[in-house]
Order: sequence, then structure tokens, then C-alpha cells
Amino acid sequence: MWKAFVRWFHRMASPPHFYAAATRWTPWFFWSALIVIAICAYGGLVLAPADYQQGDGFRIIYAHVPSAWMSLFIYVNMAIAAAIGLIWRIKLAHAVAASCAPIGASFTFLALATGSIWGKPMWGTWWVWDARLTSELILLFLYIGYMALRSAMEEPSRADRASAVLAIVGVVNVPIIHYSVVWWNTLHQGPTVSKIGEPSITWEMLWPMLGMMVGFMLFFGAILLTRVRAEVLARERNAKWIEEVAVS
Amino acid sequence: MENVGIFTAAARLVERDLKVIFRHVSEAFNPLVFFVVVATLFPLATSPDAALLRDMAPGVVWVAALLSSTLALDSLFKADMDDGTMEQLALSPQPLAWLLLAKIVTHWVVSGLPLVLIAPLVARGFFLPTEAILPMMAALALGTPTLSLIGAVGAALTAGVRRGGALLSLLVLPLSLPTMIFGARATDLAGLGEDPSGPLYLLAALLFLTLSLAPLAAAAAIRISLD
Amino acid sequence: MPLEYAPAHLESVLKRVCVRHAKGQVLQEQESIPRFSAHELELWRGDRCLFSNLAFAIGEGDCLHVTGPNGCGKTSLLRVLSGMSLAESGEVRWDGTRIERDRGTFNQAVFYVGHREGLKAHLSAVENLQFDLGIRRSYDQADIDAALERLAVTHCAKLPVRVLSAGQKRRVALARAVAARSRLWILDEPFTNLDVAGRDLISHLLDDHLSGGGLAVVAAHHDLPLRAGRRVPLEIS
Repeated sequence: MWKAFVRWFHRMASPPHFYAAATRWTPWFFWSALIVIAICAYGGLVLAPADYQQGDGFRIIYAHVPSAWMSLFIYVNMAIAAAIGLIWRIKLAHAVAASCAPIGASFTFLALATGSIWGKPMWGTWWVWDARLTSELILLFLYIGYMALRSAMEEPSRADRASAVLAIVGVVNVPIIHYSVVWWNTLHQGPTVSKIGEPSITWEMLWPMLGMMVGFMLFFGAILLTRVRAEVLARERNAKWIEEVAVS
Repeated sequence: MENVGIFTAAARLVERDLKVIFRHVSEAFNPLVFFVVVATLFPLATSPDAALLRDMAPGVVWVAALLSSTLALDSLFKADMDDGTMEQLALSPQPLAWLLLAKIVTHWVVSGLPLVLIAPLVARGFFLPTEAILPMMAALALGTPTLSLIGAVGAALTAGVRRGGALLSLLVLPLSLPTMIFGARATDLAGLGEDPSGPLYLLAALLFLTLSLAPLAAAAAIRISLD
Repeated sequence: MPLEYAPAHLESVLKRVCVRHAKGQVLQEQESIPRFSAHELELWRGDRCLFSNLAFAIGEGDCLHVTGPNGCGKTSLLRVLSGMSLAESGEVRWDGTRIERDRGTFNQAVFYVGHREGLKAHLSAVENLQFDLGIRRSYDQADIDAALERLAVTHCAKLPVRVLSAGQKRRVALARAVAARSRLWILDEPFTNLDVAGRDLISHLLDDHLSGGGLAVVAAHHDLPLRAGRRVPLEIS
């Protein structure tokens, strides 16, 4: 079982194999993402009852919470891919990390925007400096810093390795920043989904949100595979297998 | 002829770095002066109202300390990278992470420690209550080494990048935010007459975490920059 | 292992090394593992492949003379051999072990003098040497004085390095290699900035080093006049 996984992993690390596999998988990710998001959007926007305090305004949670979750999830993914690239010197892993960054930054921005839109009817301001939104902002800076470091270095292997170190250092900070949410005890509604103990919202409101997270992750998979394919084409532009792919 | 132990080697590196710094002592004061200047900007940009300044005091001290620390990072690795001595350190039989830690400690003693000692003057200028001064210094004494360590990783990553100063700030400031948050909070609580030990313990925890991990990350980054 | 200069055979020395069998059980004796070798080295810079399948093996008393046109990768090769740069693939071995596996041992044995002198400009030559030796081995002040004397820079040894001429700086840089008594010297264009007398001096130094059982890798444009030691040419095209 483990050996099969290791063999699969080594096969995937080869760009031509990965490219072919990614081309096959992308439509599956994309369509399943679309279906899941559609179902959960219906569930969240139509089926779920209005919150007794916030009315219909709370429904932005179905975009905000999954985006925030994705922004963290993608950062961790990026750091893991970077670490694999650094430790085992697998170029494809670096390509994956490089592709994750802009997607993660976009989700972070989306989380900030939806958080801001949520804040206006709820608290009357477009922005509050509460710890949760602020830590999303810090995460955005971390993403931007990562992308800036990458583009500052001309030598691709040096850019890969330096940004890998940065991603790993950043990921150690992510729980520390997250912890400061709990510690700060601020305006922001406490984390609405907790794995330990009862969630503070009802099931009818909860399932669309969890489903949206799954949908967003599938969507991320589709986009990531597309970006990595493009990245692989760019990095391997001088290799022979590219010609065969371009013809087919 | 025997090999040299790591403590002796570290001592020799500290000795050399101090010698180099003291041949140009005036440069070592720049981050300190910057700290005071930045702090001075705030009342001039807002108002000299005592109540306002007292509220701002912890934040101002910590923002100024953070900016000063980031400015000081320029002198940490750059000179060694330029004249080739960093290559020699990387090729020496001593562990690079350990040597870098020695460098960071020297750097902090010259740029961070004086800041901790000068901060009370700035804080008094902002009407911070007397009972808050000592906790503030404790917080700075725990926080500025952490800032130096995190900054060292950033400096190591951007060591080969031309005009990497702005990039360095962009990388280091977000990572330094937890330290600044806890430090400012500790100073704030002390100023209000409450117990600052919670954030102080958190600062200490951050310091120990960074102390154990940052030199390794910096060594990896230096090797990448030397490649 | 003591590093004092001792007479050594000019032919490659037969080394008896105990090598652990792959299963970790059986001890075998193997003969003539070269002291310093490279296997299938490949190095890229961006899109350009500088060299591939590069290999060599040298032993005590050998000097690898790396030649090639400007920009062909001599400096990059020397940096890979010293452990500073990472090759795309291939291995560099010291006494049969990959240098990444045991950096401490390799770094103790190697001394690299590159394009940049590696000296602190505001310290004197003596202070620089005191540091460089101080992190490598226990030493006497006499060792430093002797090395500076050898390189004929005693008269300016107490001045800050920044006031020295380019040639004098290079001599001080090489004095460190002499004083450190490293087994393997990796020198990148050691003759730059030196006058005729300086070049002769460096050749003599190399001769002494090689005849004492040392090894050297030297990148040099032109001929390497060696009176002792075996010259192993390596051209990168």
C-alpha cells in the first residue's frame, strides 16, 4: 500500500506524467466543483432560514467563511509543496507552490472583500480592525511577500528555493497569527465553526457552508491543475516531450 | 593541532564583528537615532495633547522599535556577503547556523539592547506612567531579539537581491506582527495598571521558538543566496 | 588527522580504507579511493547547461588545473567543488564520501579563495588571519607571522586591509590558505592582480603544498608552471 503510494508519487513528480494526468483530472474537478457550489449556494441562499439577529445579511458567510478557509488551506498547501521541493529537490513541487500563491492571494482578497461587505450592514462600517480580518490582511501580505521574493530573483532555482524557505517560515507563523484571534477576544463573531463542541449555528445553516468549503476546494483543485500545467509548459519549454504534447 | 570547539569559534566571531563595528562606531547609532526620530514624528503629526499621547505610547514605542529593527537589518549580513567573508563562514568547519546565531546576538547587543535602554526616555516623552516603564523594557528586551532573529531570516533571503531593502521590509514586517502585538499589549496593560505577565510570557515563548528555528532558516537561506 | 607537511609519494597513494558493506555487516578493505573526486556533475545556470557528465579524480600531490574560455563555468565548477553551489546532478566526494554527508570533515580540509578576497576591509591582515585560523584550528601567533612572511606582506600586515593594493590583498587572502594548513586548496584565478614576482611566489607555494601531500584545484587562464606535483588538466568547453 505504502509502496504503491511511493511509486505513484515518483511517477507524478515527472513533468510529462503529471501534465497528462492533470489534463485528464481538470474537467472532473471543475464540473464537480460547479455542481457542489450550485447545490450549496441554493441551500445557503434559499433554503437556510434567516438569522434571527442578522436577517438575510448573514448569507454572505457562505462566501466569506469558505474563502477564509481556502486562504489558509492554500497557504499550508503551498508550504508543503515548497518543503517537498526543497527537501527532495523535485522541481514540479516548486511549480505547484508557485502556482498556489496567486490563487491563495485571490481567495484572501475575496475573504477580506466579503468580510468587509458583511461588516457594513452588521456593524455600520466597511472595515473593522478586529483580529480575524486583520489576520487575513496579514496573510495577504505574506502571499504578496512570497510572490515579490519570487519575482525579485532571476535565477529560477534560487527563486524556487528561497521562496520555499519563506513559505515554510510563514506557515509556522500562521498558527501564531491564528492564535492571536482567540487571544484577542474582539468584536468579530467568534469562529462559527468549531470542530470541538457544538457549532453555534443550526444544521440548516451549517451544511451549505461546509459544502461550499468542499466546493471551493474542488474549484481550487481545478484552477491549480490548470496553472501548474501552464507553469510546467513554461519551465520545460526546451524539453522534447513538449513537442509531442503540443502536436496532440 | 586540534579542531576548534563551537563556543570558542562563536567567541572569535563575536570578537571580530565587534571589532569591525567599533571601527565605525558612529554607524552603529543610526538605528537608535532613527527610533527616536520616528517616535518624534507622532506628536508632530497629530497633537501634543498629553491624554492622546499616553494612549498612543505603547503603540508608538513598538512601531518605532519595529521600524528601527528593520532598518538595522541592513548591516547584518550585507557587508559580509559583499566582501566574501560570508562564503568563508559557510565553508568553515563550524555549523553555519551557530555562527549566524553568534552574528545575530552581536547585532542585537549593538542595535537592540541600546534601544531597550533608551526606550524609557521616549516613553516618558509620551507620558507613559512610571510603573509601566519596567514592564515595557522587559517586553522590549524579549521582543527585540525576536525581531532581530526574524529579520535575520529575511535578510538572509534577500541577501543577494539588489536593492532588497523594501522587499526585506515587506517580508519581515508581517512576520514580526505577533511580537509587536504582544509587546504593545503588555506595555498597554502595564500602563493601565493591570498585570502584563500574560503577554510577557507569550513574548518569551515566541523568543524561544524563534531562537531555535530562525538560525537554521537563516543558514538555509544564506546557502541559497550564496549559490 | 595531523596536517603537517610530510614527504609524500608523487604517484597516487594507495589508501587502505575500511568501507562498510551495504548491509552494514561486513568490513571490506578497499584500495585507492581517490581523495577528491567528482562524478557526473551537471550544472545549469537558468536555461544554459554549463557542463554535464563532468568527472575527475585526484589524490595527494595532484593539482587539477581547470581551464576554459571566459564565462564557461570555471568559477561555477569551483563553487560546486567547494560545496557552496549545488549541482543539478552528480556528486563530489572527499575520501569517498559525498561532501554533503559530512560537511564538517570536508570543510576542515578545504580552503577556498575566490574572486572576492574574503577579508574584512577595516581590519588588518593580522586580525583577519587571527579570525580565519581561530575558527578552524588552534594556532600560535607564530603561524600567522610565518604565513604573512611567506607571502611577503609582513610590512603591511598591521594596516587595515582597505588601504592595501589589489595585489597585496590577494597575497593576504592566500596567506590564509597557507596558515590554515588545509589539505585541499581551491583557488579561483589566484594569479590575478599579481606581478611577476607574486606569480612566482604563488607557484612556489603550490609546489610546496603539493609536494607536502596537499591537493589543489586551480582555475587559471594560462599555464600553471608547477615544478612539483602532478598537473591534471580539465578543460571546460
